[in-house]
Amino acid sequence: MTFGRTLAIARKEALQLRRDPRSLTLGFLIPPFLIVFFGYAITFDVDDIRLAVWDADRTQASARLVDAFVASGYFRVVDRLERYPDATEALQSGDALAVLAIPRGYARDLAAGPSPVQLLVDGSDANTATIAIEYAQGIASAHSRRVTLAERDARPTLVPDSRAWYNPSLDSRNMVVPGLVAVIISILAALLTALTIAREWDRGTMEQLVSTPVTRLEIVAGKLAPYLAIGLFDVLLAVGIGTLLFDVPFRGSLLLLLAMTSVFLLAALGFGMFLSAALKSQVLATQFAIVATYLPALLLSGFIFAIANMPRVLQLATYLFPARYYVTVTKAIFLKGVGIEVLWPQALLLSALASLAIAATVAVFRKEVA
Amino acid sequence: MADAAASAPPFAEGGEAVIVADGLTRRFGDFVAVDDLSFAVEAGEILGFLGPNGAGKTTAIRMLIGSLPPTSGTARVAGHDVAVEPYAVRRAIGYMSQLFSLYGDLTVRENLDLFAGLYDLSGERRSGRIRWALANAELEGREEQLTAMLPLGLKQRLALGSAILHEPAVLFLDEPTSGVDPAARRAFWELISDLAAGGTTILVSTHYMEEAEHCHRVALMNRGRLIAIDAPSALKASLERPILEVRTSDPSRAAAILDGLEELEDATMFGRTVHVVVSDEAVARERIAAALEREGVELGEVRRVRPTLEDVFVSLVRKSGGVVAG
Repeated sequence: MTFGRTLAIARKEALQLRRDPRSLTLGFLIPPFLIVFFGYAITFDVDDIRLAVWDADRTQASARLVDAFVASGYFRVVDRLERYPDATEALQSGDALAVLAIPRGYARDLAAGPSPVQLLVDGSDANTATIAIEYAQGIASAHSRRVTLAERDARPTLVPDSRAWYNPSLDSRNMVVPGLVAVIISILAALLTALTIAREWDRGTMEQLVSTPVTRLEIVAGKLAPYLAIGLFDVLLAVGIGTLLFDVPFRGSLLLLLAMTSVFLLAALGFGMFLSAALKSQVLATQFAIVATYLPALLLSGFIFAIANMPRVLQLATYLFPARYYVTVTKAIFLKGVGIEVLWPQALLLSALASLAIAATVAVFRKEVA
Repeated sequence: MADAAASAPPFAEGGEAVIVADGLTRRFGDFVAVDDLSFAVEAGEILGFLGPNGAGKTTAIRMLIGSLPPTSGTARVAGHDVAVEPYAVRRAIGYMSQLFSLYGDLTVRENLDLFAGLYDLSGERRSGRIRWALANAELEGREEQLTAMLPLGLKQRLALGSAILHEPAVLFLDEPTSGVDPAARRAFWELISDLAAGGTTILVSTHYMEEAEHCHRVALMNRGRLIAIDAPSALKASLERPILEVRTSDPSRAAAILDGLEELEDATMFGRTVHVVVSDEAVARERIAAALEREGVELGEVRRVRPTLEDVFVSLVRKSGGVVAG
C-alpha cells in the first residue's frame, strides 16, 4: 500500500463528489436539515395531558384534589362530566387522554381513612398512558401526604427525594438530539458509499483501475477518506446545532467525540462500500443500504426503544449495528461528559466492526477482479 | 523486424517472449468464450487480434491483463505469471478498453493526474509525462475541460496517453478505434507503430479487417478459437485460389445463389459486392453469369481481386467447417 496511490484515489473521489449534486446534498444539506427538523419534531415529553373530571362529591376536598392535578403542570382540565358513563365518550372521542373520577363520599371517607379515586387512561398509546399514570400516582401520593399532615398534625415519615442526573429537567430533547446525530449519520454514511464502487462498475472505469498497480485496499482506503471528512464535518455541525439551537449540554471532550466518530464512520461507510462491492449495482446497493441501516439505526440502536427492554434475541442482534454503540457514545459524551475510561468497550467493538467491514469489502472485491 | 517476428516459433528457445499465452481457456457456464488459446508475442511486435464481435478477443485480453481469471491455462506477461504476480504485471503494462474508460466528470488534467498517481510517477518525470500526453492528444489549452465534453477522437487519444503515461513495456488495446473517424484512426496507428519501433510490445484487438495491415502478425479468432496466426502478407499468400469480385443489382441474393454452386468454393457478401473463391477462373465466370441470369439478378462487372484478410478469414473458417460468429 503506498500513500501516493491512495492519495490519487482520494483526490479523484473528492473531485467527483464536488461535481455530484446528489452526494453534495446527501452529505452537506440533509444532515443539518434532519437534525433541526427532528430536533423540533421528536419529543418524548408528556406535559399537557388532557384530563376530563367527573366530580360526584362536589366538596372542597374533591376540588383540592383536582387543583393538585392542574397545579402539577402535567394535566389540563378539558371537560367536566355530568355523568360517570360520559367518561367512555370522552376517551373514545380522544377529547381527553385521562378521566379522573371522584366518587360521592370522597371527603367523608378521606376524613375516616383511605378514600379511593379512579383514573381512567387511554391505553392505546402505551407510552403516554404509562407516563400519565406515573404522574397521577405521584400527584396523588403527594396530595395524600399533605392531607394527612394537615388534618392529623403528624410528622412526615419517608420522603423520597429523587433527582435525574445528567438531564435534571428530564428534557427529552437532551436525549433526542445526541441520539439523532448518531442515527442520521448512520443512515447517510452507508448511502453515501453504497454508490461509490458500484458506479465504477456501471461506468466501466473499474476495468481501467484494476489494470493499474493500485491495490484493492488502496482503492477502498482512498474512497473512504473524503466521506470520512464529510462525516466528521456533519458531526461538528450537529454539535453546533444541538448546543446553540437546542441548548443541549455538551459536557465531554470534542476530541474524543471526533475520534469515536471516525471509528464509527469507518464501520458505517465500510458497510456501504461492502454493499457496493458485493452487489455491483448502484440501485441495488442503495436500496439495500436503506433497508439495512435505516430500520436498525432507528429501532435497534437504543435511540427510541431501550435495548435492555428488548427480547434477548433482538438484544443480541443490536451488537451487529454500529449505530447501537454510537448512540451510547454520543449520549455519554454530550450529557455525562465521560471519557474513554468508560467508553472503551464501544471503541473496541466499533473498531472490530470497522475492520470487519473493510476486510469484507476487500475480500468481495478480490473475487470479482483476480 | 516484422518478418523476423512472423517466422519465430510460438515458444522460442532462449529469450522468453514478452506475452505468452499457454492453453488459455475461459468458460462462462456452458459457454466457452476462449478455447485453448496459445501464442507468443516478441518484444517490439504488434500482434493484432482479429475477429468478429463475440470471437473472444476481449475475454482473452482481460485474462492477459489479469482482470479475469482463466478457467484453465496460464498467461505470462513481461516475464511474470499473471496469476502469481498480478501487480508485477500491472506495473509493466498499459491497458486501454474499448470504452476509453476515463472519468467523464474529471477534467483532462485531473484524469492525467490520477493515472500519474496510480502509476507512482513523481517529480520531473510526472510533469514531463503529463506534458507529453497533453501534446500527444493535442489537448494543450483544454486541460480544464471535463473529459465527458471532448469529442470521441480526443477521448481516445487521452485514454491512450493515460494508459502509457508510465511508458509500459507492454500495451494492450481492446478495440481502440471503435467509433473513431478514419483520420483519427490513421493518426492513432502511426502512434502505435512509433511505440512498437521504440520497443513496446503491443497486442491490439479490432474487428476492422483493414486495420490488421498495420500489425506485424495477425491472430485470427472465431468463436473463442485461434484459427490462424501469421503475418498479414503470409496469410493472404496462403489463399492460393483466385478471388472474383462480382458486382450485381442485389448482392445479398447473389451471394445466396452463388454460394455452394458447383465449381465455386464459396461466395460471401463483401460490402456492396460478392467475393467468390474459385478454382478455375474462366469456368467460374461462365457459371456465375449463367446462374445469375437464370435467377434474374442483373450482373455488373466481374474482376479478379487480390485476397484481403477477410477473404482469408472466411475461407479458413469455412475450411475448418465452422460458421462465422457475430
